[in-house]
Amino acid sequence: MLELSINGEVHRADVTADVPLLWVLRDVLGMTGTKFGCGIAQCGACTVHLDGRPVRSCQLPVGLIGDRKITTVEGIGATRAGAAVQKAWLDLDVIQCGYCQSGQIMSAAALIASTPAPSDADIDAAMAGNICRCGTYVRIREGIKKAAAEHHA
Amino acid sequence: MNAATPTRRQLLRGMAAGGFILAVGIAGNRIAVAGDTSTGAVFAPDAFIRIGTDGATTLIMPQVEMGQGIYTTLAMLIAEELDVDLATVTLAEAPPSDALYGNPIFKIQVTGGSTSVRGYFLPMRRAGAAARTMLVQSAAARWNVDPASCSTELGTIRHAASGRTIGYGAVAGAAARLKPPAEVQLKDTRHFRLIGKPHHRLDTAHKVDGSLQYGIDVMPEGVKFATLCASPVLGGKVAHVDDSQARALPGVRQIVVLDNIVAVVGDHMWAAKQGLDALAITWDDGANAAVSTETLWQGLQAAATQQGVAVTKGAAVEANGADVVSARYEIPMLAHAPMEPMNCTVHVKPGACELWVGTQVSTKAQRIAAQVLGIPPEAVTLNNHLIGGGFGRRLEVDMVERAVRVAQHVDGPVKIVWTREEDIQKAMYRSVYGSWMGAELQDGKPVAWSHKVVGPAEVARFLPPAFKNGIDSDAVDGAVETPYLLPNPAITYVRHEPVGIQTCFWRGVGPNNNVFSTECFVDLLAKKAGKDPLDYRRSLTDPKGRAHHVLDLAAEKAGWSMPLPARAGRGICLQFAFGSYLATIAEVAVDDDGTVRVQRLVTAVDCGIIVNPDGVVAQIQGGHVFGLSAVLHQQITLEKGRVQQSNFHDYRVLRIDEMPQIDVILVPSAEAPGGIGEPGTVSVQPAVANAVYAATGVQLTRMPIDPALLARKA
Repeated sequence: MLELSINGEVHRADVTADVPLLWVLRDVLGMTGTKFGCGIAQCGACTVHLDGRPVRSCQLPVGLIGDRKITTVEGIGATRAGAAVQKAWLDLDVIQCGYCQSGQIMSAAALIASTPAPSDADIDAAMAGNICRCGTYVRIREGIKKAAAEHHA
Repeated sequence: MNAATPTRRQLLRGMAAGGFILAVGIAGNRIAVAGDTSTGAVFAPDAFIRIGTDGATTLIMPQVEMGQGIYTTLAMLIAEELDVDLATVTLAEAPPSDALYGNPIFKIQVTGGSTSVRGYFLPMRRAGAAARTMLVQSAAARWNVDPASCSTELGTIRHAASGRTIGYGAVAGAAARLKPPAEVQLKDTRHFRLIGKPHHRLDTAHKVDGSLQYGIDVMPEGVKFATLCASPVLGGKVAHVDDSQARALPGVRQIVVLDNIVAVVGDHMWAAKQGLDALAITWDDGANAAVSTETLWQGLQAAATQQGVAVTKGAAVEANGADVVSARYEIPMLAHAPMEPMNCTVHVKPGACELWVGTQVSTKAQRIAAQVLGIPPEAVTLNNHLIGGGFGRRLEVDMVERAVRVAQHVDGPVKIVWTREEDIQKAMYRSVYGSWMGAELQDGKPVAWSHKVVGPAEVARFLPPAFKNGIDSDAVDGAVETPYLLPNPAITYVRHEPVGIQTCFWRGVGPNNNVFSTECFVDLLAKKAGKDPLDYRRSLTDPKGRAHHVLDLAAEKAGWSMPLPARAGRGICLQFAFGSYLATIAEVAVDDDGTVRVQRLVTAVDCGIIVNPDGVVAQIQGGHVFGLSAVLHQQITLEKGRVQQSNFHDYRVLRIDEMPQIDVILVPSAEAPGGIGEPGTVSVQPAVANAVYAATGVQLTRMPIDPALLARKA
């Protein structure tokens, strides 16, 4: 039985160590906010934080996580950076279908937590791994700048 | 009302088909899946509005929300006339019913073709106005005053003379006993409170914290997880399956082998996928084993030699003559690749079935499940979910059909999720299309114009009654009604169904081909005439017309006449499609190796009266990105009948670091509303191709852009 620290709570999962975190979250623990998009770390929909850093959960075997702290989109609002991103996303109506936005928000929250005033180049570097098929990139960029300004105000 | 006013029995039947209401925790509008089950909704004057004795208001959404913002727009239309506070309403997905919720344009329950606002602009407002009229009547009767002396304000009725007020809920029961008015007075546009003003989206509060349940997220009690593999060649069959290794894997529960599909059921998706990968499947490829991209193009070109069906009465341009110009333009096979992979959760029960899925076609989804199981459609309960990207892919029900066929063999509910590889390789696709263009010029201007469209008849397959006289209205859309003053154009259509692939609609549909070919051809004619592409288009459009106006607006904003460096250029697309006028100007730079970098897109939009301006801007921005992905990166290719691309590394989607600046200009208008979900996708392809032409002198006639054709010669 594996123990995982997710959003500040301990969860137990009876799975083999090779199962990617994505499927443990979604199918075993029923935390479906983290999305499956490609399964090969090409789209970023499955992004979660491991000790505050963004990782693709589709490529992360649960057995490798140990006692590191996992944060998912369900818990990101409890962080200041996450709440700032969520608010900016709603204020600017960034979201369309929303399916990729769990991952976008996780990547954006990690960016603004570590970078006070992200430049366009910073945003490109941090967000190029997150695909949005609806094409919300214009507003994602604006949203990050707005969230960063509020977060670091 | 668009449809006949529903009977009480129809309403109850529609409501009975509903499932549960999704409970959500955080602030924001409540979004209910699968119809209205709101208790205490005593007032149900039509298919769209439910008001309880407590005033709780639920609006039933006849169009599915897949990112286009339609829940917000439809709710605005109802609320404008009903006079309720949008912040407090619950939005509920309509249950399957063509009779109650058929799209006014298609007559069946379908969300597509950029028709929602065009179809529902008046029906939604009339529904709101009728309900308000009945509520006011009830209050007036209770007070024994003239209804005309009463007014409303966000869910409250007021009688000014006596100062009395009463909430909608308090008169909902009495209003329910009234007959809906035969005629209703709609608000004068000057008094609009909502329509025309930017409104925040109503569907997104639960999308920022992961709480919104897409179809792929449902977890019915006891659900198992499955993934599948269909024949890699269309029409192929399973010849043999060796499952010895798969059965030994942890978490693998069941292997389902059908004639053309193999599925593995497991404790979770990973187990199912590991199981599927461990199967040794031998396929009998069947008749399409030799299909390739080359055979697709050859098929298209062979079809183009046919005369086709005349869509207009003009005489075709003769091929000879000094001032005759001709050209051929082609667009490739594409996948939709929405971010939410294909999925459907199914629970087959004795004589019944429950489905959880996000679909653009509720009744079709219900019917296909019923057909597979041999039960009546009413025995299929459909829980339709908000959709993680449609783009036309979820106008099809193959994912439902496959899921039900698998679920028939599984005890209890099973969630069938396609891997991305399956989603790219075993899909229904945008077909190849081609246009054969001709024009005869006199003093540089066309005096004869011919356009032969070659492509599949998607309407004939999707909505047979709409296919008339051998002409597919979608296939020729954008070819017949151009923004230009063309003398007696000769438009013909050759129906060509490509062999070896299943085709379907793709965002932008027919105009993707026809606007591309028309606009590139106009640039070619401008070049022959020695004219600037902007001046040439201005000379071909009515100076007082809407097309001319958006063209001028875009050109001014884009700085059309400002000089650009070498190997940079601007290109125009001017279009009339989906009832909307668009002018898009692309600015590109072409690297020495032929890489095209799109630096800016400026689009002026006249889509008639606008309901939610910010929603229109979002659709143009997003539509442009969708189009850019295709123009720059996307093509599905075939070899030995098999799709060669498999995931986002080789079927690329535009990323944020490739984004151009996008400027959108909205034209205020009182004209009838036009569609806006697809025009922005359509206009990108020709605008970028024409910009590349301006930058390099090379006119690309087949999409996507092939950098090898643009590399600077050593």
